[in-house]
Amino acid sequence: MMTPRRRLVLGAAVALLLVIVAIGAFDYWGMEAFTQRKLAALRQASPDVSASVSAPSPAAFKDIAGDPPHAELVAPAGAASGARAAFSPPLESQLPSGEFGDVIRRGREIFVDTGRAAPAYVGNSLRCVNCHLDAGRLAGASPLWAAFVSYPAYRSKTKSVSTFQQRLQGCFEYSMNGKAPPPGAPELVALESYAYWLATGATVDPKLAGRGYPALPAPAQGRDYTRGEQVYAANCAFCHGADGAGQRSADGFAVFPPLWGPESFNWGAGMGRINNAAAFIKANMPLGMGGTLTDQQAWDVSLYMNSHERPQDPRYSGSVQNTRSTLHDTDESMYGREVAGKVLGATGAPRPFKPSTVPGR
Amino acid sequence: MTLGRNLSWAVFGVVLSMNVHADGATIAQKGAGSVAACQSCHGVAGEGVASAGFPRLAGLGASYLLRQLEAFAEGTRSNAVMMPIAKALSAADRKAVASHYASMPFGATAAMPSSSSAASRGTSAPKVSAVATAESAPAPAVGATLATRGRWSDTLPACEQCHGPGGRGVGADFPPLVGQSAAYLAAQLTAFKSKARPAGPMNLMGVVAQKLSDADVQEVSDYYATLPPGGAR
Repeated sequence: MMTPRRRLVLGAAVALLLVIVAIGAFDYWGMEAFTQRKLAALRQASPDVSASVSAPSPAAFKDIAGDPPHAELVAPAGAASGARAAFSPPLESQLPSGEFGDVIRRGREIFVDTGRAAPAYVGNSLRCVNCHLDAGRLAGASPLWAAFVSYPAYRSKTKSVSTFQQRLQGCFEYSMNGKAPPPGAPELVALESYAYWLATGATVDPKLAGRGYPALPAPAQGRDYTRGEQVYAANCAFCHGADGAGQRSADGFAVFPPLWGPESFNWGAGMGRINNAAAFIKANMPLGMGGTLTDQQAWDVSLYMNSHERPQDPRYSGSVQNTRSTLHDTDESMYGREVAGKVLGATGAPRPFKPSTVPGR
Repeated sequence: MTLGRNLSWAVFGVVLSMNVHADGATIAQKGAGSVAACQSCHGVAGEGVASAGFPRLAGLGASYLLRQLEAFAEGTRSNAVMMPIAKALSAADRKAVASHYASMPFGATAAMPSSSSAASRGTSAPKVSAVATAESAPAPAVGATLATRGRWSDTLPACEQCHGPGGRGVGADFPPLVGQSAAYLAAQLTAFKSKARPAGPMNLMGVVAQKLSDADVQEVSDYYATLPPGGAR
Protein backbone atom coordinates (compact mmCIF):
# COMPACT_ATOMS: atom_id res chain seq x y z
CA MET A 1 0.00 0.00 0.00
CA MET A 2 1.21 3.46 -0.86
CA THR A 3 0.85 6.25 1.56
CA PRO A 4 -0.82 9.36 0.06
CA ARG A 5 2.50 11.11 0.55
CA ARG A 6 4.40 8.57 -1.50
CA ARG A 7 1.76 8.66 -4.22
CA LEU A 8 2.18 12.40 -4.46
CA VAL A 9 5.95 12.14 -4.83
CA LEU A 10 5.63 9.42 -7.46
CA GLY A 11 3.04 11.47 -9.38
CA ALA A 12 5.28 14.48 -9.38
CA ALA A 13 8.21 12.42 -10.61
CA VAL A 14 6.17 10.95 -13.47
CA ALA A 15 4.92 14.39 -14.43
CA LEU A 16 8.44 15.75 -14.46
CA LEU A 17 9.58 12.86 -16.64
CA LEU A 18 6.76 13.55 -19.10
CA VAL A 19 7.72 17.20 -19.34
CA ILE A 20 11.35 16.34 -20.02
CA VAL A 21 10.37 13.84 -22.71
CA ALA A 22 8.03 16.40 -24.31
CA ILE A 23 10.74 19.06 -24.42
CA GLY A 24 13.14 16.58 -25.92
CA ALA A 25 10.59 15.61 -28.54
CA PHE A 26 10.08 19.23 -29.54
CA ASP A 27 13.78 19.78 -29.71
CA TYR A 28 14.07 16.84 -32.03
CA TRP A 29 11.00 17.06 -34.24
CA GLY A 30 9.62 20.49 -33.53
CA MET A 31 12.77 22.38 -34.36
CA GLU A 32 13.38 20.27 -37.40
CA ALA A 33 9.89 20.97 -38.67
CA PHE A 34 10.49 24.66 -38.04
CA THR A 35 13.77 24.60 -39.94
CA GLN A 36 12.18 22.70 -42.79
CA ARG A 37 9.50 25.34 -43.11
CA LYS A 38 12.13 28.05 -43.15
CA LEU A 39 14.14 26.27 -45.81
CA ALA A 40 11.03 25.72 -47.90
CA ALA A 41 10.22 29.40 -47.63
CA LEU A 42 13.72 30.26 -48.69
CA ARG A 43 13.65 27.90 -51.62
CA GLN A 44 10.45 29.53 -52.73
CA ALA A 45 11.79 33.03 -52.42
CA SER A 46 14.39 32.75 -55.14
CA PRO A 47 12.24 31.69 -58.13
CA ASP A 48 9.74 34.37 -57.13
CA VAL A 49 12.28 37.03 -57.96
CA SER A 50 12.19 36.07 -61.60
CA ALA A 51 8.52 35.08 -61.54
CA SER A 52 7.44 38.53 -60.42
CA VAL A 53 9.02 40.23 -63.39
CA SER A 54 7.52 40.18 -66.81
CA ALA A 55 9.77 37.84 -68.74
CA PRO A 56 11.01 35.14 -66.41
CA SER A 57 13.67 32.95 -67.86
CA PRO A 58 16.34 30.85 -66.23
CA ALA A 59 18.87 32.95 -68.08
CA ALA A 60 17.49 36.13 -66.59
CA PHE A 61 17.95 34.82 -63.09
CA LYS A 62 21.42 33.52 -63.74
CA ASP A 63 22.63 36.53 -65.61
CA ILE A 64 24.11 38.89 -63.13
CA ALA A 65 26.27 41.09 -65.24
CA GLY A 66 27.67 42.90 -62.30
CA ASP A 67 30.01 42.41 -59.42
CA PRO A 68 28.59 39.86 -57.07
CA PRO A 69 28.06 36.60 -58.89
CA HIS A 70 24.56 35.40 -58.20
CA ALA A 71 25.76 32.92 -55.61
CA GLU A 72 26.61 35.86 -53.38
CA LEU A 73 22.94 36.69 -53.15
CA VAL A 74 22.16 33.39 -51.52
CA ALA A 75 22.54 34.22 -47.89
CA PRO A 76 21.70 32.32 -44.75
CA ALA A 77 18.23 32.53 -43.26
CA GLY A 78 17.79 35.26 -40.73
CA ALA A 79 20.64 37.35 -42.04
CA ALA A 80 18.22 40.07 -43.10
CA SER A 81 16.90 40.41 -39.58
CA GLY A 82 20.30 41.35 -38.33
CA ALA A 83 21.66 37.94 -37.40
CA ARG A 84 25.07 38.37 -38.97
CA ALA A 85 27.43 35.58 -39.80
CA ALA A 86 29.46 33.76 -37.23
CA PHE A 87 32.84 34.30 -38.85
CA SER A 88 34.73 37.31 -37.62
CA PRO A 89 37.85 38.54 -39.33
CA PRO A 90 40.93 39.38 -37.23
CA LEU A 91 41.08 42.75 -35.55
CA GLU A 92 42.93 45.57 -37.21
CA SER A 93 45.19 45.72 -34.18
CA GLN A 94 46.28 42.16 -34.98
CA LEU A 95 47.74 43.15 -38.33
CA PRO A 96 51.17 41.55 -38.68
CA SER A 97 54.26 43.71 -38.81
CA GLY A 98 57.01 43.41 -41.38
CA GLU A 99 56.87 43.41 -45.18
CA PHE A 100 53.73 41.35 -45.46
CA GLY A 101 51.94 43.51 -42.90
CA ASP A 102 52.91 46.59 -44.89
CA VAL A 103 51.36 45.18 -48.06
CA ILE A 104 48.18 44.22 -46.18
CA ARG A 105 47.99 47.73 -44.78
CA ARG A 106 48.47 49.09 -48.28
CA GLY A 107 45.58 46.92 -49.43
CA ARG A 108 43.37 48.33 -46.74
CA GLU A 109 44.36 51.84 -47.74
CA ILE A 110 43.41 51.17 -51.38
CA PHE A 111 40.16 49.66 -50.19
CA VAL A 112 39.06 52.66 -48.14
CA ASP A 113 40.55 55.47 -50.25
CA THR A 114 40.63 53.94 -53.71
CA GLY A 115 40.84 57.01 -55.91
CA ARG A 116 43.78 58.43 -54.03
CA ALA A 117 45.63 55.19 -53.40
CA ALA A 118 45.14 53.67 -56.87
CA PRO A 119 44.43 56.67 -59.14
CA ALA A 120 45.69 54.98 -62.30
CA TYR A 121 42.79 52.54 -62.23
CA VAL A 122 39.88 54.55 -60.84
CA GLY A 123 37.60 56.64 -63.03
CA ASN A 124 34.97 57.82 -60.58
CA SER A 125 34.48 59.05 -57.02
CA LEU A 126 33.68 55.70 -55.46
CA ARG A 127 35.72 53.73 -52.99
CA CYS A 128 35.55 49.97 -52.38
CA VAL A 129 34.38 50.65 -48.84
CA ASN A 130 31.25 52.45 -50.09
CA CYS A 131 29.57 49.10 -50.69
CA HIS A 132 31.84 46.74 -48.73
CA LEU A 133 31.17 48.39 -45.40
CA ASP A 134 33.56 48.48 -42.46
CA ALA A 135 36.55 48.21 -44.77
CA GLY A 136 35.32 44.90 -46.17
CA ARG A 137 34.73 43.32 -42.78
CA LEU A 138 30.96 43.49 -42.42
CA ALA A 139 28.88 40.36 -42.99
CA GLY A 140 25.94 40.99 -45.29
CA ALA A 141 27.80 43.81 -47.05
CA SER A 142 29.85 41.64 -49.41
CA PRO A 143 32.71 41.10 -46.97
CA LEU A 144 36.13 40.56 -48.48
CA TRP A 145 36.84 37.50 -46.33
CA ALA A 146 33.86 35.65 -47.80
CA ALA A 147 34.73 36.68 -51.34
CA PHE A 148 38.31 35.55 -50.87
CA VAL A 149 37.32 31.97 -50.01
CA SER A 150 34.83 31.84 -52.93
CA TYR A 151 37.31 31.99 -55.79
CA PRO A 152 38.25 30.61 -58.26
CA ALA A 153 34.65 30.29 -59.43
CA TYR A 154 32.74 30.04 -62.66
CA ARG A 155 31.02 33.34 -63.45
CA SER A 156 28.14 33.74 -65.83
CA LYS A 157 29.31 37.30 -66.39
CA THR A 158 32.59 36.25 -67.97
CA LYS A 159 31.46 32.75 -68.94
CA SER A 160 34.71 31.46 -67.53
CA VAL A 161 36.39 30.58 -64.27
CA SER A 162 37.74 33.70 -62.59
CA THR A 163 40.40 33.87 -59.93
CA PHE A 164 40.07 36.28 -57.04
CA GLN A 165 42.52 38.62 -58.72
CA GLN A 166 40.50 38.59 -61.95
CA ARG A 167 37.44 39.29 -59.86
CA LEU A 168 39.17 42.35 -58.42
CA GLN A 169 40.02 43.51 -61.94
CA GLY A 170 36.30 43.45 -62.71
CA CYS A 171 35.63 45.73 -59.74
CA PHE A 172 38.00 48.34 -61.19
CA GLU A 173 36.55 48.06 -64.66
CA TYR A 174 32.89 48.32 -63.70
CA SER A 175 32.29 49.53 -60.15
CA MET A 176 35.16 51.99 -60.26
CA ASN A 177 34.44 52.83 -63.91
CA GLY A 178 38.18 52.55 -64.40
CA LYS A 179 40.81 50.31 -65.84
CA ALA A 180 41.73 46.80 -64.74
CA PRO A 181 45.21 46.79 -63.16
CA PRO A 182 47.41 44.29 -65.03
CA PRO A 183 47.79 40.84 -63.46
CA GLY A 184 50.23 41.02 -60.58
CA ALA A 185 49.99 44.80 -60.28
CA PRO A 186 51.02 45.95 -56.78
CA GLU A 187 47.48 47.27 -56.24
CA LEU A 188 45.98 43.83 -56.85
CA VAL A 189 48.63 42.12 -54.75
CA ALA A 190 47.90 44.51 -51.89
CA LEU A 191 44.13 44.03 -52.13
CA GLU A 192 44.48 40.27 -52.34
CA SER A 193 46.81 40.27 -49.34
CA TYR A 194 44.32 42.31 -47.34
CA ALA A 195 41.48 39.95 -48.30
CA TYR A 196 43.61 36.91 -47.46
CA TRP A 197 44.44 38.32 -44.08
CA LEU A 198 40.80 39.17 -43.36
CA ALA A 199 39.89 35.57 -44.22
CA THR A 200 42.29 34.18 -41.60
CA GLY A 201 40.54 31.18 -40.09
CA ALA A 202 37.69 31.08 -42.64
CA THR A 203 36.84 27.87 -44.42
CA VAL A 204 37.28 27.72 -48.17
CA ASP A 205 33.58 27.75 -48.98
CA PRO A 206 31.57 29.78 -51.48
CA LYS A 207 28.55 29.45 -49.21
CA LEU A 208 30.16 30.93 -46.14
CA ALA A 209 27.48 32.65 -44.06
CA GLY A 210 27.63 36.41 -44.41
CA ARG A 211 28.79 36.40 -48.02
CA GLY A 212 27.21 38.89 -50.41
CA TYR A 213 23.95 40.39 -49.23
CA PRO A 214 21.11 38.63 -47.42
CA ALA A 215 18.56 37.30 -49.91
CA LEU A 216 15.58 39.58 -50.26
CA PRO A 217 12.11 38.09 -50.82
CA ALA A 218 10.37 39.08 -54.05
CA PRO A 219 8.51 42.38 -53.92
CA ALA A 220 4.85 41.89 -53.06
CA GLN A 221 3.77 44.79 -55.27
CA GLY A 222 6.30 44.56 -58.05
CA ARG A 223 8.68 47.53 -58.30
CA ASP A 224 7.59 51.06 -58.87
CA TYR A 225 9.57 54.14 -59.93
CA THR A 226 7.24 56.69 -58.33
CA ARG A 227 7.15 54.88 -55.01
CA GLY A 228 10.93 54.56 -55.26
CA GLU A 229 11.27 58.27 -55.81
CA GLN A 230 9.36 58.92 -52.60
CA VAL A 231 11.46 56.43 -50.65
CA TYR A 232 14.58 58.11 -52.02
CA ALA A 233 13.45 61.60 -51.04
CA ALA A 234 12.61 60.51 -47.51
CA ASN A 235 15.53 58.19 -46.77
CA CYS A 236 18.44 58.72 -49.14
CA ALA A 237 18.53 62.25 -50.53
CA PHE A 238 19.70 63.86 -47.30
CA CYS A 239 23.09 62.22 -47.73
CA HIS A 240 23.27 61.20 -51.40
CA GLY A 241 21.62 64.38 -52.69
CA ALA A 242 18.37 64.81 -54.61
CA ASP A 243 20.42 64.51 -57.80
CA GLY A 244 22.14 61.30 -56.69
CA ALA A 245 25.55 62.94 -56.99
CA GLY A 246 26.50 62.35 -53.37
CA GLN A 247 28.16 65.02 -51.25
CA ARG A 248 31.76 66.11 -50.97
CA SER A 249 33.67 67.74 -48.18
CA ALA A 250 34.98 71.25 -48.79
CA ASP A 251 38.27 69.81 -50.08
CA GLY A 252 36.49 67.61 -52.60
CA PHE A 253 36.50 64.21 -50.90
CA ALA A 254 33.34 62.24 -51.82
CA VAL A 255 32.06 61.50 -48.33
CA PHE A 256 28.63 60.34 -49.55
CA PRO A 257 29.07 58.30 -52.73
CA PRO A 258 27.38 59.28 -55.99
CA LEU A 259 24.65 56.78 -56.81
CA TRP A 260 24.28 57.67 -60.46
CA GLY A 261 25.71 60.12 -62.97
CA PRO A 262 29.26 60.41 -64.33
CA GLU A 263 31.02 59.90 -60.98
CA SER A 264 29.23 56.65 -60.12
CA PHE A 265 29.66 52.99 -61.19
CA ASN A 266 29.05 52.17 -64.83
CA TRP A 267 26.30 50.08 -66.40
CA GLY A 268 28.40 46.94 -66.19
CA ALA A 269 28.61 46.99 -62.38
CA GLY A 270 26.77 44.58 -60.14
CA MET A 271 25.12 47.42 -58.27
CA GLY A 272 23.39 48.31 -61.54
CA ARG A 273 21.30 45.19 -61.14
CA ILE A 274 18.07 45.96 -59.35
CA ASN A 275 18.08 42.76 -57.29
CA ASN A 276 21.68 43.24 -56.14
CA ALA A 277 21.14 46.85 -55.15
CA ALA A 278 17.82 46.08 -53.44
CA ALA A 279 19.46 43.40 -51.30
CA PHE A 280 22.34 45.72 -50.40
CA ILE A 281 20.00 48.59 -49.57
CA LYS A 282 17.70 46.48 -47.44
CA ALA A 283 20.55 45.10 -45.34
CA ASN A 284 22.74 48.19 -45.10
CA MET A 285 20.97 51.47 -45.84
CA PRO A 286 20.49 54.10 -44.54
CA LEU A 287 23.99 53.79 -43.14
CA GLY A 288 23.87 52.37 -39.64
CA MET A 289 20.14 51.72 -39.97
CA GLY A 290 20.13 48.60 -42.11
CA GLY A 291 16.90 46.63 -42.04
CA THR A 292 14.71 49.65 -41.33
CA LEU A 293 13.33 50.01 -44.86
CA THR A 294 10.65 47.49 -45.79
CA ASP A 295 11.47 44.93 -48.48
CA GLN A 296 9.09 46.76 -50.77
CA GLN A 297 10.81 50.10 -50.16
CA ALA A 298 14.20 48.54 -50.88
CA TRP A 299 12.97 47.14 -54.20
CA ASP A 300 11.29 50.38 -55.22
CA VAL A 301 14.23 52.60 -54.37
CA SER A 302 16.65 50.24 -56.07
CA LEU A 303 14.63 50.49 -59.26
CA TYR A 304 14.60 54.27 -58.88
CA MET A 305 18.36 54.49 -58.37
CA ASN A 306 19.03 52.24 -61.33
CA SER A 307 16.65 54.17 -63.59
CA HIS A 308 19.14 57.01 -63.97
CA GLU A 309 21.93 57.55 -66.43
CA ARG A 310 25.44 56.40 -65.55
CA PRO A 311 28.68 55.79 -67.45
CA GLN A 312 28.48 53.49 -70.45
CA ASP A 313 29.06 49.75 -70.12
CA PRO A 314 32.71 49.26 -71.17
CA ARG A 315 31.57 46.22 -73.19
CA TYR A 316 29.31 48.47 -75.29
CA SER A 317 28.92 46.90 -78.72
CA GLY A 318 28.08 50.02 -80.67
CA SER A 319 24.33 49.99 -80.17
CA VAL A 320 22.27 50.22 -77.03
CA GLN A 321 19.76 47.60 -78.10
CA ASN A 322 22.45 45.14 -79.09
CA THR A 323 24.32 45.73 -75.84
CA ARG A 324 21.09 45.22 -73.96
CA SER A 325 20.23 41.99 -75.71
CA THR A 326 23.69 40.51 -75.29
CA LEU A 327 24.58 41.75 -71.80
CA HIS A 328 21.52 43.16 -70.09
CA ASP A 329 18.69 40.91 -71.19
CA THR A 330 17.12 40.74 -67.77
CA ASP A 331 14.45 42.57 -65.85
CA GLU A 332 17.09 43.32 -63.25
CA SER A 333 18.66 45.88 -65.59
CA MET A 334 17.18 49.13 -66.81
CA TYR A 335 19.92 49.53 -69.39
CA GLY A 336 18.36 50.16 -72.81
CA ARG A 337 14.95 50.83 -71.29
CA GLU A 338 13.16 54.12 -71.73
CA VAL A 339 12.71 56.27 -68.63
CA ALA A 340 11.18 59.75 -68.82
CA GLY A 341 11.46 59.79 -72.59
CA LYS A 342 15.13 58.82 -72.67
CA VAL A 343 16.71 55.46 -73.40
CA LEU A 344 19.13 54.65 -70.60
CA GLY A 345 22.59 53.88 -71.91
CA ALA A 346 22.05 55.81 -75.14
CA THR A 347 25.11 57.92 -74.44
CA GLY A 348 27.34 56.57 -77.18
CA ALA A 349 30.68 54.87 -76.83
CA PRO A 350 32.34 54.72 -73.40
CA ARG A 351 34.35 57.81 -72.61
CA PRO A 352 38.11 57.37 -72.68
CA PHE A 353 39.46 56.51 -69.27
CA LYS A 354 40.66 59.43 -67.19
CA PRO A 355 42.59 58.62 -64.03
CA SER A 356 41.02 59.73 -60.79
CA THR A 357 41.79 63.19 -59.58
CA VAL A 358 39.68 62.74 -56.50
CA PRO A 359 41.46 64.30 -53.57
CA GLY A 360 42.27 62.07 -50.68
CA ARG A 361 41.08 62.23 -47.15
CA MET B 1 12.96 102.89 -70.14
CA THR B 2 13.29 99.16 -69.81
CA LEU B 3 16.98 99.56 -69.15
CA GLY B 4 16.32 102.07 -66.43
CA ARG B 5 13.71 99.89 -64.85
CA ASN B 6 15.95 96.86 -65.01
CA LEU B 7 18.77 98.85 -63.51
CA SER B 8 16.67 100.08 -60.64
CA TRP B 9 15.51 96.53 -59.94
CA ALA B 10 19.10 95.39 -59.97
CA VAL B 11 20.12 98.14 -57.57
CA PHE B 12 17.17 97.28 -55.37
CA GLY B 13 18.23 93.65 -55.40
CA VAL B 14 21.78 94.47 -54.45
CA VAL B 15 20.66 96.75 -51.64
CA LEU B 16 18.26 94.09 -50.42
CA SER B 17 20.89 91.39 -50.36
CA MET B 18 23.38 93.68 -48.62
CA ASN B 19 20.71 94.49 -46.14
CA VAL B 20 20.02 90.85 -45.35
CA HIS B 21 23.71 90.22 -44.95
CA ALA B 22 24.16 93.26 -42.77
CA ASP B 23 21.29 92.17 -40.58
CA GLY B 24 22.96 88.90 -39.75
CA ALA B 25 26.23 90.63 -38.97
CA THR B 26 24.47 93.29 -36.90
CA ILE B 27 22.66 90.73 -34.79
CA ALA B 28 25.91 88.87 -34.29
CA GLN B 29 27.84 91.98 -33.28
CA LYS B 30 25.24 94.17 -31.59
CA GLY B 31 22.21 92.05 -30.95
CA ALA B 32 18.63 92.91 -31.86
CA GLY B 33 16.18 94.43 -29.40
CA SER B 34 16.20 92.28 -26.28
CA VAL B 35 18.61 89.83 -27.90
CA ALA B 36 22.21 90.14 -26.83
CA ALA B 37 24.97 90.11 -29.42
CA CYS B 38 25.77 86.53 -30.39
CA GLN B 39 29.47 87.28 -30.19
CA SER B 40 29.29 88.00 -26.49
CA CYS B 41 29.11 84.23 -25.96
CA HIS B 42 30.21 82.80 -29.30
CA GLY B 43 33.26 85.02 -29.76
CA VAL B 44 34.09 87.83 -32.16
CA ALA B 45 35.15 85.37 -34.84
CA GLY B 46 32.33 82.97 -33.99
CA GLU B 47 34.90 80.62 -32.51
CA GLY B 48 32.98 79.85 -29.32
CA VAL B 49 34.25 79.70 -25.78
CA ALA B 50 35.54 76.27 -25.04
CA SER B 51 35.84 76.64 -21.27
CA ALA B 52 32.15 77.54 -21.03
CA GLY B 53 31.05 74.94 -23.57
CA PHE B 54 29.75 77.65 -25.94
CA PRO B 55 30.05 76.21 -29.43
CA ARG B 56 31.83 77.52 -32.46
CA LEU B 57 29.41 78.87 -35.07
CA ALA B 58 31.78 80.21 -37.72
CA GLY B 59 31.86 78.14 -40.86
CA LEU B 60 29.07 75.77 -39.88
CA GLY B 61 26.43 74.98 -42.50
CA ALA B 62 23.62 77.49 -42.94
CA SER B 63 20.81 74.96 -42.93
CA TYR B 64 22.30 73.23 -39.90
CA LEU B 65 22.52 76.51 -37.96
CA LEU B 66 19.04 77.54 -38.99
CA ARG B 67 17.62 74.20 -37.93
CA GLN B 68 19.18 74.67 -34.49
CA LEU B 69 17.81 78.18 -34.07
CA GLU B 70 14.36 76.96 -35.08
CA ALA B 71 14.59 74.06 -32.66
CA PHE B 72 15.52 76.47 -29.85
CA ALA B 73 12.63 78.74 -30.81
CA GLU B 74 10.18 75.86 -30.83
CA GLY B 75 11.65 74.53 -27.60
CA THR B 76 12.48 71.13 -29.08
CA ARG B 77 16.17 71.75 -28.45
CA SER B 78 16.41 72.66 -24.85
CA ASN B 79 18.83 75.31 -23.62
CA ALA B 80 18.00 77.99 -21.05
CA VAL B 81 20.10 80.68 -22.75
CA MET B 82 19.37 79.97 -26.38
CA MET B 83 15.62 79.27 -26.18
CA PRO B 84 14.54 82.83 -25.30
CA ILE B 85 17.06 84.32 -27.73
CA ALA B 86 15.88 82.21 -30.66
CA LYS B 87 12.27 82.91 -29.78
CA ALA B 88 12.86 86.66 -29.70
CA LEU B 89 14.39 86.62 -33.17
CA SER B 90 12.07 86.74 -36.15
CA ALA B 91 12.16 83.92 -38.67
CA ALA B 92 14.00 86.26 -41.04
CA ASP B 93 16.50 87.20 -38.33
CA ARG B 94 17.22 83.56 -37.60
CA LYS B 95 17.85 82.93 -41.25
CA ALA B 96 20.07 85.99 -41.58
CA VAL B 97 22.17 85.19 -38.56
CA ALA B 98 22.54 81.56 -39.63
CA SER B 99 23.75 82.68 -43.07
CA HIS B 100 26.09 85.16 -41.46
CA TYR B 101 27.86 82.57 -39.35
CA ALA B 102 27.87 80.07 -42.21
CA SER B 103 29.77 82.59 -44.32
CA MET B 104 32.42 83.27 -41.68
CA PRO B 105 35.74 81.48 -42.19
CA PHE B 106 36.10 78.32 -40.18
CA GLY B 107 39.74 78.79 -39.33
CA ALA B 108 39.45 82.36 -38.13
CA THR B 109 40.70 81.62 -34.66
CA ALA B 110 44.34 81.77 -33.74
CA ALA B 111 44.23 79.45 -30.79
CA MET B 112 42.62 76.07 -30.52
CA PRO B 113 40.23 76.64 -27.69
CA SER B 114 39.12 73.07 -27.41
CA SER B 115 42.49 71.56 -26.71
CA SER B 116 43.08 73.93 -23.85
CA SER B 117 39.74 72.94 -22.39
CA ALA B 118 40.61 69.30 -22.69
CA ALA B 119 43.93 70.06 -21.05
CA SER B 120 42.25 71.80 -18.16
CA ARG B 121 40.19 68.70 -17.57
CA GLY B 122 43.29 66.56 -17.63
CA THR B 123 42.39 64.68 -20.79
CA SER B 124 44.66 66.48 -23.16
CA ALA B 125 46.87 63.56 -24.11
CA PRO B 126 46.30 63.63 -27.85
CA LYS B 127 44.85 60.36 -29.00
CA VAL B 128 47.16 58.56 -31.31
CA SER B 129 45.53 58.02 -34.65
CA ALA B 130 44.33 54.52 -35.34
CA VAL B 131 46.47 54.36 -38.45
CA ALA B 132 49.58 54.94 -36.45
CA THR B 133 48.66 52.51 -33.70
CA ALA B 134 48.06 49.72 -36.17
CA GLU B 135 51.83 49.71 -36.57
CA SER B 136 52.62 48.91 -32.98
CA ALA B 137 50.96 46.69 -30.47
CA PRO B 138 48.78 48.80 -28.12
CA ALA B 139 45.05 48.74 -28.75
CA PRO B 140 43.87 51.84 -30.61
CA ALA B 141 42.22 54.55 -28.56
CA VAL B 142 38.45 54.24 -28.35
CA GLY B 143 37.83 57.81 -29.49
CA ALA B 144 39.97 57.49 -32.60
CA THR B 145 38.39 54.17 -33.47
CA LEU B 146 34.83 55.46 -33.13
CA ALA B 147 35.73 58.53 -35.17
CA THR B 148 37.49 56.79 -38.05
CA ARG B 149 36.29 53.16 -37.94
CA GLY B 150 33.02 53.11 -36.06
CA ARG B 151 31.91 49.97 -34.26
CA TRP B 152 30.22 47.87 -36.89
CA SER B 153 29.66 44.92 -34.57
CA ASP B 154 27.08 47.33 -33.19
CA THR B 155 26.13 48.69 -36.65
CA LEU B 156 27.66 51.97 -35.60
CA PRO B 157 29.24 53.92 -38.48
CA ALA B 158 32.34 56.02 -37.93
CA CYS B 159 31.72 59.72 -37.18
CA GLU B 160 33.69 60.69 -40.27
CA GLN B 161 31.42 58.69 -42.56
CA CYS B 162 28.95 61.57 -42.25
CA HIS B 163 31.00 64.39 -40.74
CA GLY B 164 33.80 63.97 -43.24
CA PRO B 165 37.51 63.24 -42.97
CA GLY B 166 38.99 64.81 -39.88
CA GLY B 167 35.45 65.66 -38.74
CA ARG B 168 35.62 68.79 -40.88
CA GLY B 169 31.96 68.63 -41.86
CA VAL B 170 30.11 68.00 -45.13
CA GLY B 171 27.82 70.39 -46.95
CA ALA B 172 25.26 72.52 -45.21
CA ASP B 173 23.79 69.78 -43.05
CA PHE B 174 26.65 67.79 -41.49
CA PRO B 175 28.46 70.13 -39.10
CA PRO B 176 32.19 70.00 -38.40
CA LEU B 177 33.07 68.29 -35.13
CA VAL B 178 36.65 69.42 -35.09
CA GLY B 179 37.01 72.93 -33.67
CA GLN B 180 34.38 72.30 -31.01
CA SER B 181 35.28 71.77 -27.40
CA ALA B 182 35.08 68.36 -25.77
CA ALA B 183 32.62 69.81 -23.27
CA TYR B 184 30.26 70.95 -26.00
CA LEU B 185 30.50 67.74 -28.04
CA ALA B 186 29.96 65.53 -25.01
CA ALA B 187 26.99 67.62 -23.90
CA GLN B 188 25.40 67.27 -27.33
CA LEU B 189 25.92 63.52 -27.59
CA THR B 190 24.44 63.16 -24.12
CA ALA B 191 21.51 65.37 -25.12
CA PHE B 192 20.90 63.26 -28.23
CA LYS B 193 20.97 60.21 -26.03
CA SER B 194 18.50 61.58 -23.52
CA LYS B 195 16.43 63.16 -26.29
CA ALA B 196 16.92 66.63 -24.80
CA ARG B 197 18.08 67.62 -28.26
CA PRO B 198 16.16 66.55 -31.37
CA ALA B 199 18.06 63.88 -33.23
CA GLY B 200 17.86 65.79 -36.49
CA PRO B 201 16.90 64.58 -39.94
CA MET B 202 16.07 60.88 -40.14
CA ASN B 203 16.89 60.51 -36.45
CA LEU B 204 20.47 60.02 -37.57
CA MET B 205 22.10 61.19 -34.37
CA GLY B 206 19.48 59.54 -32.18
CA VAL B 207 20.39 56.13 -33.56
CA VAL B 208 24.10 56.83 -33.17
CA ALA B 209 23.94 58.27 -29.65
CA GLN B 210 21.93 55.34 -28.32
CA LYS B 211 24.87 53.08 -29.16
CA LEU B 212 27.43 55.15 -27.25
CA SER B 213 28.26 54.53 -23.61
CA ASP B 214 29.10 57.48 -21.38
CA ALA B 215 32.76 56.52 -21.72
CA ASP B 216 32.43 56.40 -25.52
CA VAL B 217 30.92 59.88 -25.48
CA GLN B 218 33.83 61.25 -23.49
CA GLU B 219 36.49 59.51 -25.57
CA VAL B 220 35.15 60.55 -28.93
CA SER B 221 34.54 64.11 -27.76
CA ASP B 222 38.11 64.33 -26.51
CA TYR B 223 39.35 62.92 -29.79
CA TYR B 224 37.75 65.65 -31.88
CA ALA B 225 38.59 68.38 -29.40
CA THR B 226 42.29 67.58 -29.68
CA LEU B 227 42.39 67.14 -33.45
CA PRO B 228 43.97 70.00 -35.40
CA PRO B 229 41.13 71.78 -37.26
CA GLY B 230 42.67 71.99 -40.70
CA GLY B 231 45.24 69.29 -40.78
CA ALA B 232 44.48 65.76 -39.78
CA ARG B 233 43.78 63.34 -42.52
